[in-house]
Amino acid sequence: MIRFSEDKMVKVQEIIARYPEGKQKSALLPLLHLAQDTFGGWLDVPVMDYVAELLQIDPIEVYEVATFYSMYNLKPVGKYMFEVCQTGPCMLNGADNIVAYITEKLGIKSGETTADGLFTLKTVECLGACGYAPMMQLGKHYREHLTKEKVDAIIEECRNNAAKNN
Amino acid sequence: MGVKLLLEKAHVEGIRTFEVYRREGGYRGVEKVFKTMSPDAVVEEVKKSGLRGRGGAGFPAGMKWSFIAKPEGVPRHLVCNADESEPGTFKDRYLMENLPHLLIEGLIISSFALGSNATYIYIRGEYAWIPDILEHAIAEAKANGFLGKNILGSGFDLEIYVQRGAGAYICGEETALIESLEGKRGNPRIKPPFPAIKGVWERPTVVNNVETLAAVVPIINMGGDEYAKIGVGKSTGTKLISACGNINKPGVYEIDMTISVEDFIYSDEYCGGIANGKRLKACIPGGSSVPILPANLLFKTAKGETRYMNYESLSDGGFATGSMMGSGGFIVLDEDQSVVRNTYTLARFYRHESCGQCSPCREGTGWMEKLLKRLLEGKGKISDIDLLWDIQRKIEGNTICPLGDAAAWPVAAAIRHFRDEFEWYVNNPVESQT
Ligand SMILES: NC(=O)C1=CN([C@@H]2O[C@H](COP(=O)(O)OP(=O)(O)OC[C@H]3O[C@@H](n4cnc5c(N)ncnc54)[C@H](O)[C@@H]3O)[C@@H](O)[C@H]2O)C=CC1
Ligand SMILES: Cc1cc2nc3c(=O)[nH]c(=O)nc-3n(C[C@H](O)[C@H](O)[C@H](O)COP(=O)(O)O)c2cc1C
Ligand code: SF4
Ligand code: FES
Repeated sequence: MIRFSEDKMVKVQEIIARYPEGKQKSALLPLLHLAQDTFGGWLDVPVMDYVAELLQIDPIEVYEVATFYSMYNLKPVGKYMFEVCQTGPCMLNGADNIVAYITEKLGIKSGETTADGLFTLKTVECLGACGYAPMMQLGKHYREHLTKEKVDAIIEECRNNAAKNN
Repeated sequence: MGVKLLLEKAHVEGIRTFEVYRREGGYRGVEKVFKTMSPDAVVEEVKKSGLRGRGGAGFPAGMKWSFIAKPEGVPRHLVCNADESEPGTFKDRYLMENLPHLLIEGLIISSFALGSNATYIYIRGEYAWIPDILEHAIAEAKANGFLGKNILGSGFDLEIYVQRGAGAYICGEETALIESLEGKRGNPRIKPPFPAIKGVWERPTVVNNVETLAAVVPIINMGGDEYAKIGVGKSTGTKLISACGNINKPGVYEIDMTISVEDFIYSDEYCGGIANGKRLKACIPGGSSVPILPANLLFKTAKGETRYMNYESLSDGGFATGSMMGSGGFIVLDEDQSVVRNTYTLARFYRHESCGQCSPCREGTGWMEKLLKRLLEGKGKISDIDLLWDIQRKIEGNTICPLGDAAAWPVAAAIRHFRDEFEWYVNNPVESQT
């Protein structure tokens, strides 16, 4: 069953209360973030339908939005997603080499996930860290001034965390 | 050392906390406003300051505020644009991460001036850790009576909410942002009506950039007239510049708009010169959508005058020989960089970010990306360069929002100033692949 816990429902109500009466649809983006974080890192159709039900809007209104924004995943992704920026300023600082190195090391190209389901590589556009290039987003945080050694260390760190959590 | 109005306290230990911010003189602006000023008097001060919107368009903030419609019984809103997605731009992030209370103080003063009882900060979704910083600052301000009901006994109520976007550059465009805030796709609306007349939930809304709203604090503290004395001409006050690319000291700098471009690049106080002892080739001075300038037009205008880091001087010469201040994203390319490759990444960016509503933008950005890729791969023809030129001209001015222009201008400027480099890719198909 796709249901938010009671704690999360408190959060849901708090989010909806930020907007005027009758404008609860405004809570859609925050609720999709919450749903994605809660239900396995991506938005399956039943999850989107559940969000529609919570906001009393049509499911199509949710699909429309979920497909527009790049941060909503419409299919399963690895436990750790390396989102490497490749726009101008990062490119000037060697972002292409970082992407190539990750591809070589993990055997995945942009858009692919490793067979063990641990890592997904995604090339993305400017994340507002151009002065700290090259960089990637990993979960909620940025990893900046990347080098091959740093990439190695991040991969290690993820593997260790995954092992710990199992 | 230039004047610092925004970042003066950025390095004070603990300045992110209410306690330290307050001890350093924070929230005095709010006290001054609630104890001695009417909302209209605040608007007047901002008008006098000459402050221009720091989001990129440079529209006078006080004037925009005075345009807000006030129909009887309809709530008004202030929305803070923290979507910051223009490649090369990371100044708002720096402000929010380091000086969250400066922004909150600016929001309280500005909300009072505009009569907004519910103010929203719309922040790009990727800045996922910053909402926590802002929400913490909001909670602290509230606990100390600067937010919530009846602030400082004034009878004015205010709540500030943070909403995260979800990955869409176009949501920085104010009407797309409003759509997104309403829980929809970020498709820009046709302007006019401007948001100041009809904005979020059809209510009068002012959308301002993070830096614009933070600048309201020094304006109130020192007075609009004093603020206007800093800078030059219509470039009053200070401006944050996020510098990146091939320089020794990338980072966020506050300048007073009287510094020359050359000093900004070579001074140790700012960029510290070109990295690895190389020479400067070109610079995009105001974020990815403004025209790129070759070194010879960067330090001096076509008339041979020194070029300065301000609105007027950067745009001197128009698009033929000048550029723009834009969002203050300063991108430097050294002698070994390929302008064609850089332009290609930007074209790809705009294709990726086009919302798809207008066909010139949707189709044109795709074509430009394809043609640039073909050139880079050594498969291009000379006629492709002319075709690129033609496509960018057909986009410009023919779309609902300026994203179309923003995609066209970098391509146009790159061809205008670096045509020989494009031709090199055509004439050297083998070498170009390395
Ligand atoms: N900071 C960033 O990340 C980015 C910034 N930009 C910048 O955005 C700029 C374009 O922004 P736009 O909002 O399309 O420019 P605009 O010129 O249409 O508007 C600027 C501001 O003035 C207001 N305004 C203008 N005329 C008005 C009137 N008659 N009544 C009431 N309000 C009025 C608008 O509502 C808006 O808030 C570009 O120049 C670019 O530099 C673009 C992309 C990203
Ligand atoms: C495609 C596009 C993206 C934009 N992105 C941003 C942005 O990320 N941040 C911002 O403040 N303004 C952005 N703007 C400009 C806004 O539409 C608007 O002019 C600005 O928020 C007004 O605030 P200001 O007057 O304080 O500059 C963008 C405009 C366009 C056309
Ligand atoms: S110009 Fe591009 S981004 Fe702007 S409304 Fe048209 S299609 Fe959308
Ligand atoms: S270009 Fe990579 S973060 Fe801006």
